[in-house]
Amino acid sequence: MIWVIAGLAIWAIGWWTNVMLARRPKTRLTGFAVPAIFGITILLIWECMVRGLEISPVLLPPPSMIAVRFAGSTGILWEDFVQTVIKGALSGYILGCGAAFLIAVLIDRYPFLQRGLLPVGNFVAALPIIGMAPILVMWFGFDWQSKAAVVVVMVFFPMLVNTVQGLQATDHMQRDLMRTYAASYMQTLFKLRLPAAMPFIFNGLKIATTLALIGAIVAEFFGSPIKGMGFRISTSVGQLALDLVWAEIVVAAVVGSAFYGGVALLEKAVTFWHPSQRG
Amino acid sequence: MAGLWHRLGPIVTVVIAIFVLWYAGAVALNAAWAQDKAKRNNIELSFSELVADTMSQKKPKLPAPHQVGQEIWKTTGAMVLKGKAFSKRSLLYHSGVTLSSTLLGFAMGTALGIALAVGIVYNRTMDMSVMPWVIASQTIPILAIAPMIIVVLNAVGISGLLPKAVISMYLSFFPVVVGMVKGLRSPDHMQLDQMKTWSATDGQEFWKLRLPSSMPYLFTSLKIAMAASLVGAIVGELPTGAIAGLGARLLGGSYYGQTIQIWSALITAAALAAALVGLIGLMQTMVLKRMGMVR
Repeated sequence: MIWVIAGLAIWAIGWWTNVMLARRPKTRLTGFAVPAIFGITILLIWECMVRGLEISPVLLPPPSMIAVRFAGSTGILWEDFVQTVIKGALSGYILGCGAAFLIAVLIDRYPFLQRGLLPVGNFVAALPIIGMAPILVMWFGFDWQSKAAVVVVMVFFPMLVNTVQGLQATDHMQRDLMRTYAASYMQTLFKLRLPAAMPFIFNGLKIATTLALIGAIVAEFFGSPIKGMGFRISTSVGQLALDLVWAEIVVAAVVGSAFYGGVALLEKAVTFWHPSQRG
Repeated sequence: MAGLWHRLGPIVTVVIAIFVLWYAGAVALNAAWAQDKAKRNNIELSFSELVADTMSQKKPKLPAPHQVGQEIWKTTGAMVLKGKAFSKRSLLYHSGVTLSSTLLGFAMGTALGIALAVGIVYNRTMDMSVMPWVIASQTIPILAIAPMIIVVLNAVGISGLLPKAVISMYLSFFPVVVGMVKGLRSPDHMQLDQMKTWSATDGQEFWKLRLPSSMPYLFTSLKIAMAASLVGAIVGELPTGAIAGLGARLLGGSYYGQTIQIWSALITAAALAAALVGLIGLMQTMVLKRMGMVR
């Protein structure tokens, strides 16, 4: 009972602190502190509630237990990380985004292709592509190659649609100006249109980061060697070792956020001129 | 006529090209198996025989489009004609299972998303504490925890539709929150000041200005949410052990190497996604036209 009361008290204190902080003018510090306090409060309440209400750790392990398990099985977690993220997701991400980018530049050159492929691409981007996973696992085998293939298929269309859209982002005045400079197609592409397309391209790259991890993990549900995050999650759930599952999820969350954050940082460096980055 | 060709011609060309590539791929990928079989029986295959064989294998690496079409017809239309539209072997039954959890999850996700958005727009503390986490929650490959949600909810005694709908809900609430926050904040200062000069209450401001002007944003995010919700429902069906639903058909097919079954489930899922998103698009045009927001 005391744990439940402690949980409620922590909630009250955390929320009250945030209300106080939010009333002040927004600074960098409060912009960081408020969500951080909120997150810590949630973790503490989770811990207190699991202990107070005596929820079985088989159903919902408390954060402390997950942390202990995380520290105790770094070896397994690292092996899974290499298998799923480095070999599966990252190689697929680079291949898929690279191919989509090149094809987008090609499409942009030929209006006929543009009018034909873009509606089809938009249509495909809305489909449940993850369903391709069992087919690709069958084609490319159980190891990381099939996971990379799933990732390629998943990131391809969002990236394609965004890049093509970005290449159209320049207006007539700008393109006419390039023509008055007697710029060639290549010069126009590299000096005007690609830089102007960067915000769109990075939007596609950011969407693709999440899709890449999802693709690599879910593809492992359809068969994989005896390592990998998706494999570990599905087998540990079967053994009701939920603390290990949560540890894998922590890894996935950290990797996902870091991947997204890394691309966002790169975007900031490349598109420093764009209004959305200057504010 | 020329205008129609200008618009549809390229699309038709691309679609035809996809089918041509598909058939070519079927021949290329299935040829090895056909040659193998022929060699074991000591038969020399002519080219046309080879092509014919690649189009009619039982477990091809890549089934030809007409094989998939036949399988879909066999498990939908033909079953309806026999009066067994909802037997367990019918794709209609499996689509129905997936559709129901998709729609339930979509409804829950939309409700949660709108509620969160209203809270975020009207409460500064919530804006600052919850919004960063909403965004962070999407960089997490959330589908990874699908198996756990299913098993845990099962252990507590909740099974069937709800666990899958929870996964769909989690995937679909995010686009709604982001879209609605943007939409509810879209009225500019002039309009908000105007409401104030009419001494409108907070409620009136919400119902008569903010909510109506958020509608275009809402529909755009609903389309994304619906597609995400379907993906959630399909993945949610995987860990239940291939019992019912399109995801179960995918998993079952991959266990037993039934490629034609996988492809027909995949095409059905695609058609379902297209129909659902199209339906929302239709609603969008109707509602926005009625509100005079279509230019």
